[in-house]
Amino acid sequence: MIEIIDVRGLSCPEPVLRTLEAIKKTDKETLQILIDTETSKENIIRAVNSVKWKILEVKKELDSYRIIITKHQ
Amino acid sequence: MEVLKNLEIPSHLNLIQSFEYGADAGIYKLNDNTAIIFSADFFTPVVDDPYTFGQIAVANSLSDIYVCGGKPLLALNLICFPKKGIPREVLEEILKGGLSKMKEAEVLLVGGHSVDDPEPKYGLAVVGIAHPEKIITNKNAKVGDLLYISKPIGLGILITAYKGNLFNKETHLYNKMINTMTQLNNKLAEIMIEIELKCATDITGFGLIGHALEMAIASRKNLIIYTHKVPYFKEAKEFIQMGIIPEGDYQNLSFCKKNAKIHPKVSEENLILLCDAQTSGGFLVSVPPEKREIFEKKTKEKNISIYLIGEIKNSEDECPTVEILP
Repeated sequence: MIEIIDVRGLSCPEPVLRTLEAIKKTDKETLQILIDTETSKENIIRAVNSVKWKILEVKKELDSYRIIITKHQ
Repeated sequence: MEVLKNLEIPSHLNLIQSFEYGADAGIYKLNDNTAIIFSADFFTPVVDDPYTFGQIAVANSLSDIYVCGGKPLLALNLICFPKKGIPREVLEEILKGGLSKMKEAEVLLVGGHSVDDPEPKYGLAVVGIAHPEKIITNKNAKVGDLLYISKPIGLGILITAYKGNLFNKETHLYNKMINTMTQLNNKLAEIMIEIELKCATDITGFGLIGHALEMAIASRKNLIIYTHKVPYFKEAKEFIQMGIIPEGDYQNLSFCKKNAKIHPKVSEENLILLCDAQTSGGFLVSVPPEKREIFEKKTKEKNISIYLIGEIKNSEDECPTVEILP
């Protein structure tokens, strides 16, 4: 099952903090993050890179984004 | 501001400064010896300690008067606070904190106004005075002037990180952040008046580069800023790497990229820091070279930290700008 972290509607820095927490806790190798602002997108890309995970894809879906990240560099 | 552009704002011969070029205070000449300076500012809490928030809000409001070379005299509290949901003691603490700073600044609190609002806000409307010939604005930067700032930057990022519990009240960082934001800009203003400096601006919501751009345009000169000379909270850079960046900083960054000349060797992280919105920030002061020595001497005597970060050059293009060098 895909693990999805939905941080839509949350304001900075909450989306980043929840993403980092999910990365810390998960036993999965791939995660999906749902966000709804440009700021969250930019911040989460930075946060993911800072913990050495990798961005696989950033998909625009109507008024939100789906970011797919993986543990493998 | 965008919403004001279609309004026909009346002018007057005695009006020395209105809100052109991003000025935060209006200045009106009463007679040959006195001008009144009038300003208001208020915002939502930046920290969870109400007394400290009150102090920061007042230091920030008074700064608008100080940066014009003025002496604040009278203040009115501007208060938004819910009738229900938050204990009244919280508001009392905010006001106590605010009053402590007004006393330090020798400003008289003479009243105020409050509105029932679910989201608390606090600040002041302030009246100050200055000599009409000694007004300081962001229009007077001259070629050859040196640029100084008076507080380290990164406060907006630190506030966001603090709200996300990335550090707490017990840390040295918290104390440094609070001391910086509650520090009045009064002593620096006194020196600026005494040695007759003519050009400064305070660094607040548009970040260092945003306010530097306003100075460049108002003065029709280029501002050169050397990134490596700009003082900052080193923890703020760590938080930038983690993605703890407030939304306003991205707006400032986008404005900066459109309007400033950025050297390719200036990193994105440094640019974000240079664009970080400050709360109760320091001044950006333009100092003629012949006044450099006395400015540095007097600030040192009064224990005010100032940092040389750049200089003023002629604008070669029609549109003056800020050149950001590594």
